[in-house]
Amino acid sequence: MKVLIIEDDRQAAAYLKKALGEAGHSADTAHDGEQGYLLAARGGYDALIVDRMLPRRDGLSVVSQLRGEGHTTPALILSALGEVDDRVTGLRAGGDDYLTKPYAFSELLARLEVLQRRSANGEAETGYRVGDLELDRLTRRVTRAGQDIALQPREFRLLEYLMRNAGRVVTRTMLLEHVWDYHFDPQTNVIDVHVSRLRGKIEKGFDKPLLHTVRGAGYVMRE
Amino acid sequence: MTMAVARRLGAMMKTTAVRLSALYLVLFSVCAVLLVVYMTSLAASFFVGETRRAVEGEIESLSSVYARGGMRSLVVAIDRRSRAPGAFVYLVADPRGRIIAGNVEDLEPGVLDSRGWVPQPFYYQKYRDGRPGAAAPRAIGHVTRFDNGLRVLVGRDLAEPQLLRLIVRRSVALALGLMALGGLLIWFFVGRRALRRIDAVSAASDDIVAGDLGRRLPVSAANDEFDRLSVSLNTMLARIETLNNGLREVSDSIAHDLKTPLTRLRNRAEDALRKDPGQAGYRDALEDMIAEADHLISLFNAMLLISRVEAGYTRFTPQPVDLAAVAAELAELYEPLVEDAGGRLENAVAGPLVVEGNRELIGQAVTNLIDNAIKYGLAAPGGVVRLEGRRDEVARRVELAVCDTGPGIAEADRARALRRFERLDESRSRAGSGLGLSLVDAIQRQHGGTLRLEDNDPGLCAVLSFPAPASPD
Repeated sequence: MKVLIIEDDRQAAAYLKKALGEAGHSADTAHDGEQGYLLAARGGYDALIVDRMLPRRDGLSVVSQLRGEGHTTPALILSALGEVDDRVTGLRAGGDDYLTKPYAFSELLARLEVLQRRSANGEAETGYRVGDLELDRLTRRVTRAGQDIALQPREFRLLEYLMRNAGRVVTRTMLLEHVWDYHFDPQTNVIDVHVSRLRGKIEKGFDKPLLHTVRGAGYVMRE
Repeated sequence: MTMAVARRLGAMMKTTAVRLSALYLVLFSVCAVLLVVYMTSLAASFFVGETRRAVEGEIESLSSVYARGGMRSLVVAIDRRSRAPGAFVYLVADPRGRIIAGNVEDLEPGVLDSRGWVPQPFYYQKYRDGRPGAAAPRAIGHVTRFDNGLRVLVGRDLAEPQLLRLIVRRSVALALGLMALGGLLIWFFVGRRALRRIDAVSAASDDIVAGDLGRRLPVSAANDEFDRLSVSLNTMLARIETLNNGLREVSDSIAHDLKTPLTRLRNRAEDALRKDPGQAGYRDALEDMIAEADHLISLFNAMLLISRVEAGYTRFTPQPVDLAAVAAELAELYEPLVEDAGGRLENAVAGPLVVEGNRELIGQAVTNLIDNAIKYGLAAPGGVVRLEGRRDEVARRVELAVCDTGPGIAEADRARALRRFERLDESRSRAGSGLGLSLVDAIQRQHGGTLRLEDNDPGLCAVLSFPAPASPD
């Protein structure tokens, strides 16, 4: 994945670039809004990381102008502001996701990969399959090796989100956001309990684990 | 001394009040002068017109004398009328311009050469018993020529309109002088007063800038614009002082409470370096340190949110939030966790319970309360965490309570429990920032609500109380 980092803090930008490189992605950096806009408008990137407060031009106006000109490159907005309405403002300006500084790199990477995947296949699929586990979004049926698995509605949504992003790490915050629609940092292991219950239902009686815990980051669905 | 007075006057000149009154004075004077000039010129032309008509009447009367008795009677009549008090100006001259009769001794040259009305008012010298008049007054006049070459001038003195002009001019000058004097006095008092008030405000401001944050601007009993300004500024200063105190409190708390996790972080790093635990050991140490750093970050975030909320910075657009929906969602989220902790979660909130606010913030508040209930209220197995909703129609409150069946908090300790960084168990062995309840309290205040701790007998009820939204009808 080729990423454009628009961030005026050169040290932070260099760190991000290096960390993304280690995760197998290449990145360009721009240190002000104007330069960032010009690079982004030229195209060729799979995702943008845009800091909100930039010299010469603020990040939100860069994103909203790109959107106005028809660019659909997914944008992850970074902000040191933590105001309640900021997330809404950021998403309304055309951002696809919003992360408050300071953030864990694993969180940023997970979100970036999910964003990039979302834009890669925009069409919603009718079902997902990981190994012998199948989820049908239309009939809301979940089967593993042909056996029905009964899930609560919330468990279904949790599994659906995990399977849609199969092969990618999803963090606890992302799960809380997409499955429960709350945007705060879960201080307790409340999400882990849900995941482990779900794991019990889809893995009990089967020897091959599908839902893996990634230490220090989150979870991943993988064969 | 004079220097000081001059400086003071100079400063006064710079006040708005004085500048405005000077401007008004000038404008008013110009208007007054224009009005007076217009009125006197009107009055003067009226006077001249009247005088002309009087002269014409006299000429008519003399014409009839001439018609009846000829030139001789005319001269006799003129001679007689010349001597009467308040007489017209009369002059009879022969063709060579010598004066034959009348009451004029001398005349501006060329006046007798005109026919009919003399175009301009002219100067003349009145004849008074052989003694020349003191002044040379002006008059208007009409010259009639007879066939025998005699010329008769009948005129009227312009002394009256001139006197009017003089009086008006004098009174205008006097009035303007008085006005200027009054203006000066007003300048002096208004300007001095304004300056004194402003000096007081400046002095107080200087003290405040110098660090005396408790100082306030003087407010007099007059309740004038200066007082209103001072009151507003004082309110602002009080707000600044509150913020400043809040800031000081936060920095004290930071110094006090962030040192512990930072020390832990440092110790862990030092420990790993000293023991040289090998690849896996270093990895463990680093992961521990990241966890510790994450804890610090969330601590910072909570503190920032609290101080922002307390300072009134966190602005959100209030929207209808159904507390029953929030309770149902969070009960569903927390049920497995409570069960794992050996308790039971009951959601007894019947909806809808709509308040105005921000769903995220309210959700976070409820989450913190449930976290607390799990942490402190489920000490014994078989405990219950119960969510309750209430609507008080009389007090117009909508409330959401999170109750547990744990040991509760003694009434005397409840106020302390709401304080920042306060943890009642003192041991600090359990995870947590000690910010949970003060964050909830801050969120409630942001919603115009309160956080109340009540006895659940046994256990504790933490009640989020919101003002009921105004009914739509």
